[in-house]
Amino acid sequence: MAENQPAIEARGVSKVFPGGVRALDNVSVTIRENEFFTLLGPSGCGKTTLLRLIAGFEFTTAGEILLHGKEIAHLPPDKRPVNTVFQHYALFPHMTVAHNVGFGLRMQGKSASEIDRAVQESLALVKMSEYGARRPSQLSGGQQQRVAFARALAPRPQVLLLDEPLSALDLKLRQAMRSELKTLQRETGITFVFVTHDQEEALTMSDRIAVMSAGKIQQIGAPLDIYESPVNHFVADFIGDTNFVEGRLSNIEGENAALTVSDGFTIETRLNGPHKLGDKVAVALRPEKISLGKGALKGRIAEAVYLGTSTFYSVDLGAGVIVSVRDANALSGEGHFATGDEVSVDIPAGAARMLAD
Amino acid sequence: MQRTATSNWLGVAPAWFVIGIFGVLPMFIMLAISFMVQDPYGGVEWGYSHEAYIQFLFEYDLDDSLLFNPIYINIMLRSMGLAAITTVLCLIVGLPVAYFIARQPEEKRNLFMLLVTIPFWTNLLIRTYAWILILTRNGVIDARFQALGFEPGTFDLLYTNEAILIGLVYSYLPFMVLPLYASLEKMDFRLIEAASDLYASKWQAARHVIIPLAKPGIIAGSLLVFIPSIGAFIAPDLLGGGKRLMLGSLIHFQFATARNWPFGAAVSILLMVFVMVALLIYNRANKGQGVAMGGH
Repeated sequence: MAENQPAIEARGVSKVFPGGVRALDNVSVTIRENEFFTLLGPSGCGKTTLLRLIAGFEFTTAGEILLHGKEIAHLPPDKRPVNTVFQHYALFPHMTVAHNVGFGLRMQGKSASEIDRAVQESLALVKMSEYGARRPSQLSGGQQQRVAFARALAPRPQVLLLDEPLSALDLKLRQAMRSELKTLQRETGITFVFVTHDQEEALTMSDRIAVMSAGKIQQIGAPLDIYESPVNHFVADFIGDTNFVEGRLSNIEGENAALTVSDGFTIETRLNGPHKLGDKVAVALRPEKISLGKGALKGRIAEAVYLGTSTFYSVDLGAGVIVSVRDANALSGEGHFATGDEVSVDIPAGAARMLAD
Repeated sequence: MQRTATSNWLGVAPAWFVIGIFGVLPMFIMLAISFMVQDPYGGVEWGYSHEAYIQFLFEYDLDDSLLFNPIYINIMLRSMGLAAITTVLCLIVGLPVAYFIARQPEEKRNLFMLLVTIPFWTNLLIRTYAWILILTRNGVIDARFQALGFEPGTFDLLYTNEAILIGLVYSYLPFMVLPLYASLEKMDFRLIEAASDLYASKWQAARHVIIPLAKPGIIAGSLLVFIPSIGAFIAPDLLGGGKRLMLGSLIHFQFATARNWPFGAAVSILLMVFVMVALLIYNRANKGQGVAMGGH
């Protein structure tokens, strides 16, 4: 996507909670205008804290947060042109759907006709136009979620913050909402900051992802970069299935390097960082990038699990290295292996991603 | 099905029994006494008389003609006014207290609730006597202000309407805090974050979210404070000096001192009718607005 203006910039943001828990540690990130930006990480990684700092529910211990170049870290939530979609919707139970959606505009002191128009527009956007007179308790979880979106979008915020908004929905609904959410973002042109622990959600919806762990951002990039080129052990492990193989650098030619795991067992990879010959390094190998039935390496099938669209193998490569391999079941009955079979294994040079740690 | 119906009836029978014995029956006894003839030595004589109700509104002139006498009406209005002010003050003080307690971590909440109920461990009469020591000339408050150079007696608050109000608010505040806390404690405080996220200031969040959601507690607390306040006699007697007769004191006086049981009973019945009418009007007004009382 084009390099848009920054919508939100966090600069060296730290957050220490009373009691000494350091939820965020010197985090810097730039979220661009009109971007679907995801903060991804396991629970306790600081992603929700960062979101709450942007919303104004918490205040930074150090660092600054800028919205369109203006410092907002000291402002209370009602003074920030950002709205939040909460994990458990947080709809006002004593108001109708239309009143809920119009709440933000009413608090801003907008005129009745303007509020009415915005409410209708927002409800139409989430396909809930007929439900304006209902109360939240009369709606299903998915409908409440839609109302929560409409309520947060109605005041036309500069940035929409979404705190795991799909996690309370069941799987089918969750998957359907993903594409709707993406459409919603494109149609409104509002910057979305989306928090999730679900890597699939992050990969399918985001323009860019920030992978977080232990209060730090580990990697920022497009879904493709994050998946294909994880920078470190954590990112490679957290996103998708990964094999980790350790060895020593036995040959370096420009960018290319060879990693020797044991005698006669060498993996081709590319250099990543200032490594020299003899260094002990690890590489990440995606299971679907390894192919069986050809190649120089020899292995033995330790386990085969048929998954329908693919078959999952554990392949013993000797020297104590067992890798997972995902083999697409393209043609029926062809290229299947059984437990105990001897197979040749191919690890293409681009498949092994050298990790920084 | 019939078996269930019988056992259902048996199940609720104790409740009806208790309500009947402790609620309905005394009321009818009171109603009956109010229509009986006064026995000058206390108690009542058998026989019908509505003299007590006439006495509430009129007095007899020398020629036995009826003259309108507003004194008891005034007492009732003054009592209701004082009770209303007490209720509002309890609400103003109680709402922040209940909100504060409801926002504490769970283990602290119970401690605070214990503190709220501690006054009940001692008799109200004794606690009200303690207020005399605080409010009187050279008492705790006056002495402090004397130390600041005020004349002795400048802050002698005893035997004033303010003293009665202080006493009533003090006596009935827990009855406000408890139901308010009960409804605030169930509230989802993320709603307040949602309100402030949607541009509501603290006051707007209180007005549009906290108070509407605490409404069942506000209603329950207001009733629990207003109704006993009208009939209260300890605080008005001890702190008001009995100078301005209150309804509770009047009733108490009729039974204990004046030995006019029918009149005491009649005033009680009239008080009950007033409260009931007030509640009905309130209910009607609320229904008209279509306000949902409960959370769901």
